[in-house]
Amino acid sequence: MAEAVATRTSPLDGLIAGSVGVAIAQAAPAHRISLRVGADGIPALNKALGLDLPTEPKKSVTAKSGRMALWLGPDEWLVIDEKGDPMADVAGVDAFFSVVDVSHRNTAIKVAGRGARATLEAGCPQDVTDDAFPIGACSRTVMGKIEIVLMRTDANAYRIECWRSFAEYAFEFLSDAAHDCMA
Amino acid sequence: MLLIHCPYCGEDRPELEFRHAGEAHVVRPDPISEISDEEFEAYFFIRDNPKGLTYERWRHMHGCARFFNAVRDTVSDKFVTTYKAGNPKVEIERGEDGIARVKGDGQ
Ligand SMILES: [Zn+2]
Repeated sequence: MAEAVATRTSPLDGLIAGSVGVAIAQAAPAHRISLRVGADGIPALNKALGLDLPTEPKKSVTAKSGRMALWLGPDEWLVIDEKGDPMADVAGVDAFFSVVDVSHRNTAIKVAGRGARATLEAGCPQDVTDDAFPIGACSRTVMGKIEIVLMRTDANAYRIECWRSFAEYAFEFLSDAAHDCMA
Repeated sequence: MLLIHCPYCGEDRPELEFRHAGEAHVVRPDPISEISDEEFEAYFFIRDNPKGLTYERWRHMHGCARFFNAVRDTVSDKFVTTYKAGNPKVEIERGEDGIARVKGDGQ
């Protein structure tokens, strides 16, 4: 009997897209947790996660390890880590909180280049100009017909988290938008 | 596009991120098991549906996901104010110019 081997696949494996002004590609696989916790529990979770959960709207923090925590709501965060597993780190924390592993629920797309903002603005109604959405800003919002979590990772770079089943739609949408992003 | 102020995000956000969630300040009778059918009907089904100022619940569904309350003019579709869920009902007055404002907010 041959031994069964499970191979991890992504809905966007091998796909690249873009234009003169922008490159669109899937982000590396990552651990992700959806974290809900009140103010009382934040210090214990900060310690376990090795970062300070941002408590202001649209703020994110990135630890030296690369682990990111994105403010989604007054008591809700999305933690993303391409290396360590935050689920394991919070498992033993003695606080009142809720955590769900959503690593495989989401897929992320990276959009980078001078035309990145224009590409995004083709389908995202939120104000993503520099004052309203500086580097490090993040938000749950919409793009086209789907909900996304948007993060600005650099002056001309964004990370778009969407549900796995919407990944192809999101990718196609961005690919289309890329055509005239420098117009 | 209409911009709606989310009291939790602290800024105006596009209406596509929001969902209407019914009339605000509808208080659940307590104990609900002891009210009459008529009282239940009034609580559960009957809504004001005014022409003019209305108090509504909204949810920042595709944003911070929080429910909050809003005062909206059903004639102009203008939001007079929004405030956090659980806060007391905000009083509104119409100025001599006909514009609705939060009471004490001026002019
Ligand atoms: Zn909000």
